[in-house]
Amino acid sequence: MKTTTGIAFALIAIVTTIGGLLLANSHPSMQNALHVPGNAEKTDPSIKSSALSVTLAATSDQAAIGEKLYQMKCGACHSLDKNRIGPRHRNIVGKQAGTVTGFKYSNALKRLKAQWTDENLDAWLENPGKFAPGTSMGFRVKKANERKAIIAYLKSVSK
Amino acid sequence: MTTETTMPTRRNFIGGAGKTLSLAGLAMISGGCSYAAAPNSASATSQDVEILNAAIALEHEGIAAYQIAATSGLLQPAVVDIGVTFQGHHKGHRDALIKAVEQLGGTPVEEQSQDHYIDALDIASLKNQEDVLRLALKLERGAANAYLGLIPSLGNDFHQVAAQMAGDEAFHAAILGNALGEPIPKTPLMFG
Ligand code: HEC
Repeated sequence: MKTTTGIAFALIAIVTTIGGLLLANSHPSMQNALHVPGNAEKTDPSIKSSALSVTLAATSDQAAIGEKLYQMKCGACHSLDKNRIGPRHRNIVGKQAGTVTGFKYSNALKRLKAQWTDENLDAWLENPGKFAPGTSMGFRVKKANERKAIIAYLKSVSK
Repeated sequence: MTTETTMPTRRNFIGGAGKTLSLAGLAMISGGCSYAAAPNSASATSQDVEILNAAIALEHEGIAAYQIAATSGLLQPAVVDIGVTFQGHHKGHRDALIKAVEQLGGTPVEEQSQDHYIDALDIASLKNQEDVLRLALKLERGAANAYLGLIPSLGNDFHQVAAQMAGDEAFHAAILGNALGEPIPKTPLMFG
């Protein structure tokens, strides 16, 4: 009996402490700071979706899926118009590998004699180190259908 | 988008985050990582150096992004605190990666100028706190995916640390997504 009561008290004490911590942590300035209310003008879904439908009409579904995948999977290192961790990607399809101006390539890519065709891009994305041993891009896209969609997107942003 | 009923919980989660995170960051950094010289071929080693260097470049960019954001004047002080904590994790990643490259006999890549990152990340287009948080979310989510996607290209010695880094980036993405009122993804395997 005694021990049970002891445990019960201890439990209450713990719960109270946790509750106190939560209260202390949810300081109003912190709450307000991190609550980002949707900016009505900027995030109005109707504006977004109409803009999106224009793009969708102009490109294939594949490319639209590919764009999402590109954002999620390539977006940490690449963008269309800026050299970042990897080179910029606008007009990459059909281009000679390793020739985007202003980007510092690995020797592997500088030496690679390849053009970025559908087939070469597919092999590259499946395993860059196999396609161009010694490359600094290690990121692989395992699923063939994802590679296909990403390549369709890259095509849609190439002339 | 934001349902008011879920807000208090969200606030509590986030409110607590700032404090516990720095502990995790410290453990990550002070725990240190040591890599035994891999019994790999020279080409496998130089492949690892190249890939790890790309990861260092990614961390440099992330550190710069948080720095630019913190000094932009667009963020409320409490958000700056959280950003600085996240930046600390990225510095820990950078340091662990630099150590790994050096142990493999490679030369770690240097960071670029702040102007380079301002241009590369199109910082001029950010107008308010929400814009900044959206960029941070995009980078963190991308980084979690990037680390997971490069694991199969790396030597075994680096699989675990790459996964640990992906975990940290996913943690950051979760906090940022929550702050932006994004719904919790319904399907599993949300990264990779
Ligand atoms: C971890 C960072 C990282 C990720 C993630 C990444 N890349 Fe790369 N990518 C690089 C780097 C670094 C290079 C330059 C490689 C070299 O010089 O060896 C590169 C090069 C390339 C090239 C060759 C460009 C040229 O000019 O010849 C293509 C194409 C490419 N990436 C596509 C992609 C796509 C598509 C994705 C997403 C599915 C992706 N990359 C994800 C870092 C990355």
